[in-house]
Amino acid sequence: MFTKLEFRKREANRRELPPFAVYALGFVVIVLSVALMFSVVVSGKAAPKLAGLAAEKLEASGVENPVTAVLLNFRSYDTLLEIAVLLIVAIAVLPARSSNAAGVAHFCSADKQDVLNPVLAALLRWLVPLAILVGGYLLWTGAYSPGGAFQAGAVIAGAGVALSLAGRHEFLWHTTAARIVINLGLFVFIAVALSNALLTGTTLQYPVDYAGMLILVVEIAATVSIAAILLLLFTELKAMVDAPREGRQ
Amino acid sequence: MTQDLLYNATGIALFGIGVFGAIVAAHIIRKLIALNIMGIGVFMVLLATARHGEITDPVPHAMVLTGIVVAVAGTALCLWLTLRIRLLDDVNEGDPQR
Amino acid sequence: MISSLALSLLPLTVGLPLLAATVCAMTSARRWCVGTSVVFSLLQLITAIMLLLAIQDIDADEPLRYSLGGWGAPLGIDLVLNGLSTIMLLITAVLVVILSIYSIGYFADNAKAARFWPLWWLLVAGLNAAFVAGDAFNIYVALEMIGLGAVALIAIAGTRTALMSALRYALVGLLGSLCYLFGVALLYRVYGTLDLVQLAAATQAGPITWASLALVSVGLLLKTALLPLHFWLPPAHASAPPPVSAVLSALVVKASFYLLIRFWLEVLAPATTDFAMNLLGLLGAVAILWGCIAAFRTQRLKLLVAYSTVAQLGYLFLLFPLVAASDSSPNLSNMAVTAVVYFIIAHALAKAAMFLSAGDIQLFNGHDTIDKLQGVARAQPIAVLTFAIAGVSLIGLPPSGGFIAKWLLLNAAIDSGHWVWVIVMLAGGLLAAVYIGRVLNVAFSQTTAPTPTTTRPRTSMSCIGLSLALMAVLLGFNAEWILQLANGTGESSVPGMGALK
Repeated sequence: MFTKLEFRKREANRRELPPFAVYALGFVVIVLSVALMFSVVVSGKAAPKLAGLAAEKLEASGVENPVTAVLLNFRSYDTLLEIAVLLIVAIAVLPARSSNAAGVAHFCSADKQDVLNPVLAALLRWLVPLAILVGGYLLWTGAYSPGGAFQAGAVIAGAGVALSLAGRHEFLWHTTAARIVINLGLFVFIAVALSNALLTGTTLQYPVDYAGMLILVVEIAATVSIAAILLLLFTELKAMVDAPREGRQ
Repeated sequence: MTQDLLYNATGIALFGIGVFGAIVAAHIIRKLIALNIMGIGVFMVLLATARHGEITDPVPHAMVLTGIVVAVAGTALCLWLTLRIRLLDDVNEGDPQR
Repeated sequence: MISSLALSLLPLTVGLPLLAATVCAMTSARRWCVGTSVVFSLLQLITAIMLLLAIQDIDADEPLRYSLGGWGAPLGIDLVLNGLSTIMLLITAVLVVILSIYSIGYFADNAKAARFWPLWWLLVAGLNAAFVAGDAFNIYVALEMIGLGAVALIAIAGTRTALMSALRYALVGLLGSLCYLFGVALLYRVYGTLDLVQLAAATQAGPITWASLALVSVGLLLKTALLPLHFWLPPAHASAPPPVSAVLSALVVKASFYLLIRFWLEVLAPATTDFAMNLLGLLGAVAILWGCIAAFRTQRLKLLVAYSTVAQLGYLFLLFPLVAASDSSPNLSNMAVTAVVYFIIAHALAKAAMFLSAGDIQLFNGHDTIDKLQGVARAQPIAVLTFAIAGVSLIGLPPSGGFIAKWLLLNAAIDSGHWVWVIVMLAGGLLAAVYIGRVLNVAFSQTTAPTPTTTRPRTSMSCIGLSLALMAVLLGFNAEWILQLANGTGESSVPGMGALK
């Protein structure tokens, strides 16, 4: 299992198992799925104990949207580790710092000589600020209704993707600025968690009066990092996809 | 109740399809898609769990959001590794050892 | 008083490594990373020791809990500290200090160091998070941190074999964690809580609990690499950089095993059956024999060490049939758990030492094909000595820690009258002697000294491996002290883990 890995297009239909094993596996999976379905049907569903508790404590959480309250207050530890998971992938993908004076370079530069199609340039001039505005709105509204850091980060990363696809802007990930932007979310989250420990005596416990504000600070930092990491993943993977093609030409 | 069953059945079916695909397909992209389908199956079951008539339990929703982010991270890392291997192979094109 | 103060340090077990990771990731200058890592690994060790003192101080029947955010389970997430998790935290902290010092020398290259240090600390944070976790979903996130962190660390090696085995490890890891997540989703659906202690109180045997147990177990077994699911482990552990291999074999697979213990003996205990427990034991027994044979047949030194991990993991799974057999007497199951804890510590030290020495030998010779290592003992006495001493502990010869661990496990098996396991354990020891003897035989053979490559590992780095191996032996001399330590560490709600009492 997992030994004959392929990634060439011509091998797309290859299977790891001989035909009889495929049928046997299919049969086993169907039987197990039916058994699983059966076990779900015969067993009941627990009363929504946590829904009640969350609604009860919502007032003390600093936000009005219960999902945001769970993500950033009741179970904020999960979200902290989730940002750490993103950071792991970001560091793995992050290109090495080059020896030339990278520290001085700007994170996002428009120095490329490509001349943009005027329609595209005009569209970008509208689209990018709009996406950032929408991201900001999603972040802000997360406190009251569906929305929040991840959604906002995804939309803002979309603005970056549009910029990088248009071809004029380049994101330089080996710069110090890029490293700080990527780490900001986790760093601010830990800083707030530890300062909470000093204020209230318990790690990750927000003082009730400042909860809303502190959550917003954490969310803004998380949004910046999530947007940066998603953009990093896109541009780096795209560069790797393009690289061999350029080499062959 | 029917809705709940429908969601669960779909979720379990997606999970099963994902497991099958992840084991059978040899192509890495197919394996990754299969794994993501498995993930969606789990999320379907969680969403069905969240709904209790008029009351909605926010905890499974939060779990799904966290799960999505983790899935994105895992998928990206696998794709990155695949591309690294492809780049290495392109450099050593014709190398019998690869 | 002191203990309650120390308890408030519990979040630091995860917070310190995370902080170290962000600092290392932001600066990316090797100098800063090294300084930060030394300071934080020492801070982490101090925290672990304080926690150990605290938990010895308290003789509560309940494990210690820390409610993050002050909400408390089930709404919030609790961290839980019991005897077993304290010991895991301590062995992690000790190994992290030693392996960090080794890595300073190993990752002298700036680009690799900038990638290594943040990932290293994120992996440690994941491990600690898994050890203190009190919440089923939180364990899922911690497992992903461990899995993806380990994959990213293996990829630092940069060779095609390393990348390929990292990719396979990543795919298997994702499959495993999704199975685990599905199990947790079903548990939440039926019992309405994610807190492990509350789940343990609510669980009843029934189709859905069996389904969850099966899904959770398959997920964790994939990550622990029990025999039929071990296929990803040898190449992944063998192709990583030496300090990473060391931590993978010593701690990463143990983290998922630790979680298996928690689910089988505590959280979902009512749903387990003797048959299932014996099945796990049987797979473990096959893993011991098969792993030893595979280790003997392989041509490469690091692969040999990795296959030996598959075999040694098999011993851990003998815990389950021994606990199942001792239903009537808690004394016996306590004995089994103590033995397994001791085994984990002894194996962690010996295997880490072995991987470091194998890494040294590979670095020096430019390859690690066993048959071509003739006379390496003369060229690299320290590395071969390390390998031999660690081997003594793996075989289970007195006076090493491995001997005490195996002796405790044998005693538990004999007392419960399970002669099959006794025979398997003795056979495993003999087979381990054969494959380690094979390496030493080649290493000491008299021929012309091998031609070294340009890179010569520093003697100080070889000595770090040696110190680990010596610790594995010293563990045997201090058995009484360690057992007392284990015995004094508060009682947990786990039947058998009270062991540690």
